Amino acid sequence: MATKTKSKTTETVVLKDYESVIIFTPVLSEEQLKDAVSKYRKMITDDGGELVHEENWGLTKLAYPIQKKSTGFYHLFEYRSKPDFISKFELAFRRDERIMRYLTVSLDKHAVIYNQRKRNGEFNQGKKDQKQEGAK
Amino acid sequence: MKKKANATPAMVFNTMPEAPQKKKFCRFKKNGIKYLDYKDANFLLKFVNDQGKVLPRRLTGTSLKYQRKVAQAIKRARHIAVLPFTGDSLK
Repeated sequence: MATKTKSKTTETVVLKDYESVIIFTPVLSEEQLKDAVSKYRKMITDDGGELVHEENWGLTKLAYPIQKKSTGFYHLFEYRSKPDFISKFELAFRRDERIMRYLTVSLDKHAVIYNQRKRNGEFNQGKKDQKQEGAK
Repeated sequence: MKKKANATPAMVFNTMPEAPQKKKFCRFKKNGIKYLDYKDANFLLKFVNDQGKVLPRRLTGTSLKYQRKVAQAIKRARHIAVLPFTGDSLK
């Protein structure tokens, strides 16, 4: 990943790493959810960004009610895009009534490595165990 | 009555996760953890008390550099409803 970033900066377009968690309302049907997700997926790629990873957590219980609903469909996008794409992306989130909550975070180099390792399933056992040992 | 009120906070501190006698260490430095995932609720739960408040460094032993990241991650987790803002019995 690190080498990839360097090769990118030599070009005119600089892409940065971002991650967005979107919470959709639980009232959506599966079809509607797919529709909504594909719309945002398309937004990323249309603007010259690249989708790195995507994760669907399914219907998840919220820690506290949002808009009087106690569950929500979580969806995670990890992508590389131009920095000025984010404001457009978030504006679309705010206008969308299907979205209850969203969070976009820019990822630093440690986060990118962490996500990559998490995807490879490296610390489902390894690092989590380490973390738990640290707690003791 | 006054004595009882004074006694409770001390008891709370004694039951905190880190043993008071043992020397504290920063678990991030020790284990080489460089990034805190705000989506990992189980891990973040170690840094909040049962009301959902962020535990101070003096109890967890976390170094200042990582305490800032812990706080940031917990705030993010709260925003996306992975952690509650408040709660009576989280643990």
